[in-house]
Amino acid sequence: MGRRIVIDPVTRIEGHAKISIFLNDDHSVADARFHVAEFRGFERFCEGRPLWEMPGLTARICGICPVSHLMASAKAGDAILAVKIPPAAETLRRLMNLGQIVQSHALSFFHLSGPDLLLGFDADPAGRNVFGLARANREAALRGIRLRQFGQEIIERLGGRKIHPSWCVPGGVRAALTVEGRDRIKARLPEAEEAARYALGLMKGLLDRFADEASCFGNFPTLYCGLVAPDGSWEHYDGRLRLSDAQGNILVDSPGADVYREFIAEVIQPDSYLKSPYYRPLGIPGGMYRVGPIARLNLCDRMGTPLADAELTEYRQRGGRIVSSSFWYHYARLIEILASIERIGRLIDDPDLRSDRLRAEAGINATEGVGVSEAPRGTLFHHYQVDRDGLIRSVNLIIATGQNNLAMNATVLQIARRYITGPTIPEGVLNRLEAGIRAFDPCLSCSTHALGQMPMVVRLVGPDGDVLHEERRD
Amino acid sequence: MAVTTLRLNGAMISAREGQTILEAAREAGTRIPTLCHLDGVSPVGACRLCLVEVNGRLMPSCVTKAAEEMDVRTDTEQLREYRKMIVELLFAERNHVCSVCVADGHCELQNLAEELGVDHIRFDYLAPECGVDLSHDRYGQDDNRCILCTRCVRVCDEVEGAHTWDVAGRGARSRVITDLDRPWGESSTCTSCGKCVMACPTGALFHRGASVAENVHDRAMLRFLITAREEKRWTV
Ligand code: SF4
Ligand code: SF4
Ligand code: FES
Repeated sequence: MGRRIVIDPVTRIEGHAKISIFLNDDHSVADARFHVAEFRGFERFCEGRPLWEMPGLTARICGICPVSHLMASAKAGDAILAVKIPPAAETLRRLMNLGQIVQSHALSFFHLSGPDLLLGFDADPAGRNVFGLARANREAALRGIRLRQFGQEIIERLGGRKIHPSWCVPGGVRAALTVEGRDRIKARLPEAEEAARYALGLMKGLLDRFADEASCFGNFPTLYCGLVAPDGSWEHYDGRLRLSDAQGNILVDSPGADVYREFIAEVIQPDSYLKSPYYRPLGIPGGMYRVGPIARLNLCDRMGTPLADAELTEYRQRGGRIVSSSFWYHYARLIEILASIERIGRLIDDPDLRSDRLRAEAGINATEGVGVSEAPRGTLFHHYQVDRDGLIRSVNLIIATGQNNLAMNATVLQIARRYITGPTIPEGVLNRLEAGIRAFDPCLSCSTHALGQMPMVVRLVGPDGDVLHEERRD
Repeated sequence: MAVTTLRLNGAMISAREGQTILEAAREAGTRIPTLCHLDGVSPVGACRLCLVEVNGRLMPSCVTKAAEEMDVRTDTEQLREYRKMIVELLFAERNHVCSVCVADGHCELQNLAEELGVDHIRFDYLAPECGVDLSHDRYGQDDNRCILCTRCVRVCDEVEGAHTWDVAGRGARSRVITDLDRPWGESSTCTSCGKCVMACPTGALFHRGASVAENVHDRAMLRFLITAREEKRWTV
């Protein structure tokens, strides 16, 4: 092994992370690694707690996408109570999850990745943030901010002003949507739809400009995992758990999630706290799979709503039936925003949204339960074991960012091989490495990173482990 | 009825015979923070939050009878500091994580912390290993959040008449138990009336199935029951 280049932390990915690039003596890239130092001990916090506290507890400890944890946790709780929740509760949960997809994807596209995509990787770093974006393209920034707000408003209207720690509960939900909330969401739908279509227009323009990035930002065959509705359309809350190979052949198509252990295994890599799940029968690296927007779009037959279906058709015309470039996560995210908005439009007049039958009451009827849902970033599993009274015995969480971990590592390596040919890293390459990971929208640490230039440390480490050079960007 | 006059924060007030300083102060419209005190059950003076200065000495107002010539101060710098410290010690003694607690937003300890301006804890957390009992089919008990105020013990004994609760152990290792330390769900004395849950100031006693911030202690119901009992509304 030769030199080692360390980039720390990765900016604007909502967290602290570190990239190591191992160089050979001739400065060609030998290997690369994306280290994640988060996600430690979450499961331990939960042991001994009552089942009913789990949605609130997991939403708090994994604070980047609390809504997603509410969903998966409440579903695991439903399984342990062994109840079918009232139809109104399912409709309401779906509405909130759609709001979550819109706000999270809008944040990812406009705030986190927008500056790179719309201003270019080689733009002045000081202005490569959402403020710089607002100066350069006021319309894009404003539409993005309002689109995200729309998703957030749905969540707030349902869960309370400060995202309620536990709106979803085992057995259902705690409150319905008010008439006022419904009218407000309805009134904002047309603007949201327009913003989504506007963003799709931008994205399509970018695909040609970033052809080079698209070819090497995590462009490799992997398996794909996600939920699919029983009729084959795009799904985000419930449905069949599907896993396909790189060509789209279905390897697993299970009506329930409780069997996930049969085909998903997990390893912990020595320099990362993030568990890396893989498809058990194929091992590592063959069992590496991706989750999230491109996986969901690869797995479904159609989106299930007219505008999104038209977009999916075009997406597949451009990228093929199975899209394997992680750069396309951005594109897929925007189609999902549009699909979510269309679905919100369909749900919003459902009288169920104002029902008062919202919660199934039951005791502990099973001692084990698995809940799965689609977080914006990908499939999320909550697996609980409880004692006969409902106290948590063990917890296993499989989060989207973990499932994409192997692919993120492979992405870093691919980008490094493409752009690094010597012991120095030009500014644009750093950004590309970060952007390669950001395409996955990993849920690491706090989203305030969205708001500006993040400190960054670049280290060159010699063959003997010495730091040859350190570059700091504050 | 004999009436005593005393000085409260400089002003003269009167108290009926047998009234505590706390009661007299309340009647005079002066608030003194309390935690273990619960109207309608006997006072124990356990938490010391209601400390006041009587002629320069510190006394718990919930158990000290008002007397002639007393000069009572309820809000001195020293008292504020002690109260703050008491609340901090309560937090440090067990494992309170308000943001994921069933009582978040409906908790007397949390309210007091806010009122007294507790923004951090100056003491080391003891972080004890505490148990949670979910064996009762309607209620749950979590030692992590118990402040040993014994309201549950008193309300169960004096109002319901069941005496299911007691305190076991000593010092920091004290904890409330049901019957002779049997799981609550196996208690032969508990009538499942829920008065202890209504009385508990924190999230230590809660409705089974309550999720985060969902447990509201129905104090109005408890007050109704206690008043009805005191006024013997139901005796024939
Ligand atoms: S009992 Fe009160 S103080 Fe303790 S964790 Fe719960 S809300 Fe916070
Ligand atoms: S369980 Fe509640 S009422 Fe009983 S002593 Fe503990 S804090 Fe007080
Ligand atoms: S209220 Fe007086 S000591 Fe607790």
